[in-house]
Amino acid sequence: MLYKFDFSFLLEKWPAFLNGAWLTIQLTVLSIALGFVVGTLCAVARVYGGRVLRLLVGFYVELIRNTPLLVQIFIVYFGLSSVGLKLSAETSAVIALVVNMGAYTTEIMRAGIQSIHHTQLEAADCLGLTRVQTILHVVLLPAIERVYPALSSQFVLLMLASSITSQISAEELTAVANNVQSDTYRSFEVYIIVAAIYLALSLLYRLAFKAIGLIIFERRRRLGTAL
Amino acid sequence: MQAAPTTSATVVQVTGVVKEFGTLRVLDGVSLDVARGQTVAIVGRSGSGKSTLLRCIAGLETIQAGKIEICGHEVGRPGKAARAQLRHDVGMVFQGYNLFPHLTVERNITLALTLVKKQPKDEARKKAAEVLRLVGLTDKISSYPEQLSGGQQQRVAIARSLALSPQVMLFDEVTSALDPELTAEVLAVMEDLATRGMTMITVTHEMGFARKVANQVVFMHRGKIWESGPTSELFARPQTAEFKQFISSEL
Amino acid sequence: MIQLSAHHVWYLIMAAQWTVLLSLVAFAGGALVGLPIALMRVSPSHALRIVASGYIQLIQGTPLLILLFLTYFGLGILGYKLAPLVAAGLALTLYAAAFLGEIWRGCIEAVPRTQWEASDCLGLDRFQQYAYVILPQAVRLAIPPTVGFMVQIVKNTSLASVVGFVELARAGQIVNNSTFEPFIIFCIVAAIYFAMCYPLSLASRVLERRANAGRANH
Repeated sequence: MLYKFDFSFLLEKWPAFLNGAWLTIQLTVLSIALGFVVGTLCAVARVYGGRVLRLLVGFYVELIRNTPLLVQIFIVYFGLSSVGLKLSAETSAVIALVVNMGAYTTEIMRAGIQSIHHTQLEAADCLGLTRVQTILHVVLLPAIERVYPALSSQFVLLMLASSITSQISAEELTAVANNVQSDTYRSFEVYIIVAAIYLALSLLYRLAFKAIGLIIFERRRRLGTAL
Repeated sequence: MQAAPTTSATVVQVTGVVKEFGTLRVLDGVSLDVARGQTVAIVGRSGSGKSTLLRCIAGLETIQAGKIEICGHEVGRPGKAARAQLRHDVGMVFQGYNLFPHLTVERNITLALTLVKKQPKDEARKKAAEVLRLVGLTDKISSYPEQLSGGQQQRVAIARSLALSPQVMLFDEVTSALDPELTAEVLAVMEDLATRGMTMITVTHEMGFARKVANQVVFMHRGKIWESGPTSELFARPQTAEFKQFISSEL
Repeated sequence: MIQLSAHHVWYLIMAAQWTVLLSLVAFAGGALVGLPIALMRVSPSHALRIVASGYIQLIQGTPLLILLFLTYFGLGILGYKLAPLVAAGLALTLYAAAFLGEIWRGCIEAVPRTQWEASDCLGLDRFQQYAYVILPQAVRLAIPPTVGFMVQIVKNTSLASVVGFVELARAGQIVNNSTFEPFIIFCIVAAIYFAMCYPLSLASRVLERRANAGRANH
């Protein structure tokens, strides 16, 4: 049986796809930014913090990394509302994504921070810099530069994982796909289009991170060498 | 041993310092006085404890017994203020230069000036230019460390510590990681500093430098100060067999 | 509304068996397809490399959920109505094959160039080089990250719930629909996933450390 591909629904439905993609971008950019901050703070706590703090961060990271994002989202959306905290789908999505992103970022940033040789810290100490100043000015930027490829990959993975938030009715791209599919019965075409949009978004995000890297890593931009 | 009275002329006073790493005793009752404007060279074989002594004076290592005083302030006293005071008085230059690779030469120098001394940006930049002139690297102000040779990087490291106007500068085998051709430029800077009256303690293998520039030489062996005294006397009249052996092996 | 009981918890644990089954299917399928992909990625043939690379980029740039929808709803429309387990197994296989292919390619390339040269000088042909020298070493390098990826597979089986396959996540939803205690239920579900995944994560790290120690002794 030869299947007749029919993309005509696009003429009518393309705004819906655009809106879905736009919400995906909004959700994920916010989650990436917040998740990165959370992850970096936790990584600093893990490397420089006291025993209790290190254990707590360890628990957090292991818990998130060994449970599915879908279940985490359900706990935030359905679970929290049943104990009295009613949140919108979009807010729940962001919370779950930030918590998830934070755990993976912690591990990546931890590796970056630990790659900074202790002699750098000694030099900063001898110059009179406080711990906080050392972390901010001597450790963080080189650490981020070292693990930037891994960070970028993780960010893109988060964008793709955001499709799971369709399961709590956040009206992002995958949810739009499901809606259009149930309206038009053109499942194959719809999901192929959406897959293509996600691929395009992946590319867009990669390019954006590359550009951001060029902007914030001045030394790399000027000299072109790795740290 | 009774400590000598501290005068304003004594910048560094080390009394009976004991340092252990676990069960290993690296410093076994070391005492040393350094007067203002003096250059002291600490020499000895690897494992004699000379670098450890320097690091204790710099406050990078804790001591198990004894006392270290810098400009009358005791090193190793707990508290942020004490630590800040130590960092203010002591400048340290490392064997591996330890420049911050992601910052330009200028920013390497101005970082502590703006963050620690709270100087405004222009003042800090002026100071950076001044110290770079002293070490002869004015044209490298906007370069990154990786663009410089080892000798140049070490000179920048010296400039960086110098910019903070310390009372005493510590040098931990600063030429050992350099190719012989690059050693000379660093030693020249150090000699210049000494002539300008900086109080310096340097752990070094460069006997020529020690003879020429140091006022006092300290020979360490097995965690103790084996021999010490004015340079010319010490080299002319070595007292102990170990020091005699050391001199002959270094020549 | 029914009260949450030990019965429900047992139901969840039983459902976890299907999670395990689906994970094994996905891993087996992923390995079967992933190994040729990895070999294609390092083959001297430009065409093969492009095809394998294209496949990996495609799969890695698409959400797994979309892949799942394509195999379940998409193929369904084309006339191939697959059972949820089969559709999920297929989607996860395609997904795992891409990632395992990429991991294993990395391990093959991590075998030092000198091993290729030495075996070549001994007169081994390409197939023999792979079979006797390169792959055995690559396998040893591959074990820690592969075990680590197993964790991803187990977690991703939760998406099969979306197409109706009753594994652990779906079982949680079913129990919730009758007892309406989402917080406790999904925390229990999370705990069961954790019990399955954490040992694998630990094993992967232990294996990694041991592999590094071994390499340091060479």
